[in-house]
Amino acid sequence: MSQNIFSAELNEFISAWRNKPGNMIMVLHKVQEEIGYISEEAAAEVARQLNVPLATIWGVVTFYHFFKLNKPGKYNIQVCLGTACYLKGGDIIIEELEKVAGLTVGGLTDDGKFSLEAVRCVGCCGLAPVMTIGGEVFGKVTKNQVAGILDKFA
Amino acid sequence: MGFKNYILVCGGTGCESSRADQIYRSLIEEAKNQGVAEQVQVIKTGCFGFCEQGPIVKILPEDSFYVQVKPEDAKELISEHVVKGREVTRLLYNKEERKPYEEVEDIQFYKKQLRIVLRNCGSIDPENINEYIAADGYKALEKVLFEMTPENVIDELKVAGLRGRGGAGFPTWMKWNFTKQAEGDVKYVVCNADEGDPGAYMDRSTLEGDPHSVLEAMTICGYAIGAHQGFIYIRAEYPLAIHRLEVAMAQAREYGLLGKNILGSGFDYDIEIRLGAGAFVCGEETALLQSIEGKRGMPLPRPPFPASKGLWGKPTVINNVETWANIPVIITKGGEWFSQIGTQDSHGTKVFALTGKICNSGLVEVPMGTTLREIVYDIGGGIAKGKNFKAVQTGGPSGGVITEENLDTPIDFGGLQRIGSMMGSGGMIVMDNDDCIVDVAKFYLNFTVDESCGKCAPCRIGGKSLMNILEKITDGKGTPEDIDQIEKIALAMRKGSLCALGQTAPNPVLSSLKYFPEEYKSHIEDKSCPSGKCKKLIKYEIDTAKCIGCTACSRKCPVGAISGEVKKPHKIDQAVCIKCGVCKSTCKFSAIDIK
Repeated sequence: MSQNIFSAELNEFISAWRNKPGNMIMVLHKVQEEIGYISEEAAAEVARQLNVPLATIWGVVTFYHFFKLNKPGKYNIQVCLGTACYLKGGDIIIEELEKVAGLTVGGLTDDGKFSLEAVRCVGCCGLAPVMTIGGEVFGKVTKNQVAGILDKFA
Repeated sequence: MGFKNYILVCGGTGCESSRADQIYRSLIEEAKNQGVAEQVQVIKTGCFGFCEQGPIVKILPEDSFYVQVKPEDAKELISEHVVKGREVTRLLYNKEERKPYEEVEDIQFYKKQLRIVLRNCGSIDPENINEYIAADGYKALEKVLFEMTPENVIDELKVAGLRGRGGAGFPTWMKWNFTKQAEGDVKYVVCNADEGDPGAYMDRSTLEGDPHSVLEAMTICGYAIGAHQGFIYIRAEYPLAIHRLEVAMAQAREYGLLGKNILGSGFDYDIEIRLGAGAFVCGEETALLQSIEGKRGMPLPRPPFPASKGLWGKPTVINNVETWANIPVIITKGGEWFSQIGTQDSHGTKVFALTGKICNSGLVEVPMGTTLREIVYDIGGGIAKGKNFKAVQTGGPSGGVITEENLDTPIDFGGLQRIGSMMGSGGMIVMDNDDCIVDVAKFYLNFTVDESCGKCAPCRIGGKSLMNILEKITDGKGTPEDIDQIEKIALAMRKGSLCALGQTAPNPVLSSLKYFPEEYKSHIEDKSCPSGKCKKLIKYEIDTAKCIGCTACSRKCPVGAISGEVKKPHKIDQAVCIKCGVCKSTCKFSAIDIK
């Protein structure tokens, strides 16, 4: 049997949900909350604990954008590409991030510090274009501000 | 109540992002420091809607509307407004034209709005059930449980004529009635809070600002159709809304408004939250139910409709957040009252997220029948930066563009359909002349291609093929035959896709083609992009009459494409230029043109 890689809290959460119908997505959310992404080992552990085939879990994980298959950087950067942000230059921010930090969408910096994700609407269209770093929101971002914002996380 | 002033701080996601929480804490701190803590109550509310001007702080009873407030302003707001009773003019909205102590309702942004769904957003503390109750909250539930039969409730909705606000506009009473009449002991109520339309945040703001209104409505529905369990399916990307719902549910249980034997009526009902995981197709009701069941969110053929066979095969009512938020008011004020608002085709109001190239971005709620012109110009304040109006997109990736000629169309379900768009969930995106219509169509199509679940071929393959054609056009390789091809593929997608995602995916392309044929034509025939957005079709050129040879651009150019002698006009080598636009933004003499 594989080693249980989850914290006591997570194991407890899973057992509380074990017999509830429709538990899988809720469990996967909790797993990602704890380890930042859904690793192969984590998916296998969920399969074991919920007693469902690994293929079923992998089917769900790969269907939904929210579940990540790769380990994110220390700071995950989200650039909004909702319509309002797109019209106001969200794509220019992504280009700039590539220029100043060598980041591509879905990628990670060599030192593992930043990862970049393009997201659909973080819900503050009044501040467009928007990017978030580690949960902190930066609104009305211009191309010239990008490098300075990254420096704050040095 | 003994407070001299009530200070309302906007706690919506937009304002929270600009440090509203810090403002809230600073105000409490300052009130303490200046010895007036007993005289003021500082409350964090839901979204005021006027996101462009956020963070917003409103002080009652004077109704002073402070905008773009910073945490550092807290000291002055307390010392001037609260202690000395003088408004802090520099922070007031529209200070030049505004009369002292003018009512908030007189602000142009709010004048034409009618807030039914957003009635409590920005006026109560969403994390305090007592404030909801004080604003007539749970009165409707009490009335339903003790004075009305389930049939009465459904009849009231029928009189009201409420239609679903999620996009399709199906009459709510019919949905409830079908589910009520469906056979089975176990039935479910579901709230669709999987707001996936990019650029729309009506439902998030409602849940953040007034979570109890949705809980109350879902409980009323449970009573009307004979269900004892509700589910709220909400995007995991909305942490604040989830938090406020959790707080609201705990408080409702404590007050006996959820759980066993609600208010002593003998009726049992509870609600659970289920998280979405970022799949746009899960806004479709059958896909949503699959997702609640923990599966891949792929749509199923209808019939059977959820009303007869829904969650775990049981009869299920699904409504979206905005629809739910209307229901308590309809019950307390009556269906007759509601039916007087709006147009013959569509009763009540509609909430829109007004964004894009508009002066006043924000959340607006207007009676049905309001024209787009009123929304864009009177409420929205017109196009930002003095540019010209080009089009407005409603209905998100399923909708279409509306041009100047149709701006006077009254907005209701039928009206928008007649001009080739749709109501959708309420995204309203304004474009100006800098926006390329082909590029915007490509943006929306890219979204639906990405979000297609892949189950049926017309959507999966058709979307991708359309995308290839649009890319060809914006790359300057389009041919006139492409237009016919677009129409053929669109028809196949519309007829052959299983769910609305695929059926409506071609809409943004078709409607932009209908209203801006000449723009497609210039991309295809002249290989030029009039707005200068499609990089492969543009050229940066130096106007030799304006260039003074300052060399600023050539020093900034990342690929060394600009050459010339000092103090003499420069030149761009088109073979080397990567069209990044740095030269244009660097030039102080407007000597660089896009051609």
